[in-house]
Amino acid sequence: MKLTRRQRHLAHQTLIYAAAALASVICVFPFYNAILTSLRTGQELFLTNYLPTSFHWENYVNALMVNGIARSLLNSFLVATVTVGICLLVSITAAFALARIKFKGRKYILFTILCVSMFPQVAVLSGMFELVRFLGLYDSLGALILSYTTFSLPFTVWVLTTFMKSLPVELEEAAIVDGAGLWIIISRIFAPIMGPSLVTTGLLAFIGAWNEFMFALTFIISNEQRTVPVAIGMLQGASQFELPWGNIMAASVVVTLPIIIMVLIFQKRIVSGLTSGAVKG
Amino acid sequence: MNHHSESLPSKETASKANQQSEALPQKKKCSLQQRRSRAAWILVAPALVLLASVAGWPLLRTLFYSFTDAALDTPDLYNMVGFDNYLAWADGESIGVLADPLWWKAVLNTLWFTGVSVSFELFFGMLLALLMNQKFRGQGVVRAAILVPWAIPTIVTAKMWGWMFHDQYGVINDLLTRMGVIHSPLAWIAEPNLSMWAVVIADVWKTVPFMALMLLAALQMIPSDLYEAARVDGATAWQRFTRITIPLIMPAMIVALIFRVMDALRVFDLIYVLTSNSEATISISGYAREQLVSYQQMGSGSAASVLVFMMVAGIAACFLYLGRYNDEGKENK
Repeated sequence: MKLTRRQRHLAHQTLIYAAAALASVICVFPFYNAILTSLRTGQELFLTNYLPTSFHWENYVNALMVNGIARSLLNSFLVATVTVGICLLVSITAAFALARIKFKGRKYILFTILCVSMFPQVAVLSGMFELVRFLGLYDSLGALILSYTTFSLPFTVWVLTTFMKSLPVELEEAAIVDGAGLWIIISRIFAPIMGPSLVTTGLLAFIGAWNEFMFALTFIISNEQRTVPVAIGMLQGASQFELPWGNIMAASVVVTLPIIIMVLIFQKRIVSGLTSGAVKG
Repeated sequence: MNHHSESLPSKETASKANQQSEALPQKKKCSLQQRRSRAAWILVAPALVLLASVAGWPLLRTLFYSFTDAALDTPDLYNMVGFDNYLAWADGESIGVLADPLWWKAVLNTLWFTGVSVSFELFFGMLLALLMNQKFRGQGVVRAAILVPWAIPTIVTAKMWGWMFHDQYGVINDLLTRMGVIHSPLAWIAEPNLSMWAVVIADVWKTVPFMALMLLAALQMIPSDLYEAARVDGATAWQRFTRITIPLIMPAMIVALIFRVMDALRVFDLIYVLTSNSEATISISGYAREQLVSYQQMGSGSAASVLVFMMVAGIAACFLYLGRYNDEGKENK
């Protein structure tokens, strides 16, 4: 009896480790495969191999310099940073009011914000096109910053509101007793405590803006203004039948690596940021 | 949310009580709540104004343009055409988005994609969440590994899988051949029946981690003594799963499902890059954008956009209705 229980335990453990290994391999393999491909050139590209066979860096040089991915990286970085900056600035006060003050219409505002975060991007595409043209922003990074606010702002307001709600009431009460006004409470008490949550929210919004494709594809025409997703989406070979897979994979690795590193560094915060809306909401 | 809104009034009374003990003038005490709620509007205003101008206004203009025959390069020149962009009869033939077989193909594709992809995600996400909820060495590694697909940009996902699905040089065909599942390479992207599956596989790979993390967070909030009690009562593992785990994580699961369904209904970039928006896999968002940008038809493009919006909003409203019903049930308990 004792032996079978031990055996059962052993079988259970084996199963868990096997499943964990399988899940990890499936999750990481496509990226690993992209790295392998990015290091191959010429005929080697077309021999399927699961281990590194060569280390050529030409693809990276080509992608960054010849195909202009370096320029696109800078564009993406600029657009994402400015969008996140604006959204965080505007949403911290809004989140304070929505989480901490009981006022008429609070529920409706939260509901509206939730709705906006869910509506399909294509629904505003032609209206946004008109607005962008009217403001003279067509084919410039400003068009992207403007349009990315559509999906970043509802997100940052929502997540920051959730974070603010979880802070203890006593903090604010003490400040009110001491005679602090709302602005002091926000800037001196909540902003510092919110630091880590701001980083998390900002990072998530940054990733959203970094990855956006439809607006970037529609509002940007020239190569110099392209963001990275569009630049990669548009990488073409000399002919239709000769796609430069080595270059594409090199560019893909370059774009993904910074995000993966950031995500792994902030792992715990990212997970709590992702799930805060769902579990507490 | 309910919990918090309940805690708010108590905070107000507490702060009022504090002020009373400080013996502040009567007038000031009464106005605290009023002053705060007035300030609240000022604090929320910038966000609302910004949202109204970048989301509300464009949405209204899209609706407006859906009733015109404007072209994309000359949006100022237009005639009002009523519902012609949606559906109309000319010379005994029906025209408009709703008469376009490709639109209906796109609707079917999108619904099929949403249904299949979200079901797989729920299934694998649940398996992965249950796995990560177990204690074992190297948990951190698995957690880091599953964050990788989530962090990879959708375009990169599309390109990576496009390369893996390559009919001649792709590793998918190679692996399947080695395992003896197939004898000749499959044209994953070119063949209409397979390309939709290729899209689903890439999407599931990318989004299962999100689902798994959501479900894991809910799993970890279940008190372990519930399971111990059930075990003492002789409940099998399956019974513990269906009677304890599922009901307790249901709210989080519904929220995660709503997020994913909304995302899947809006799908555009993955399909656009992985299969070049071919007719076999075109989604409703892809269709609307094609009308607008490729054919330069602002009118019918906007009409298609409005239809996409109504479809997504309709499904969201159904979810919200069901969610509210669910909440009321909880409150009655």
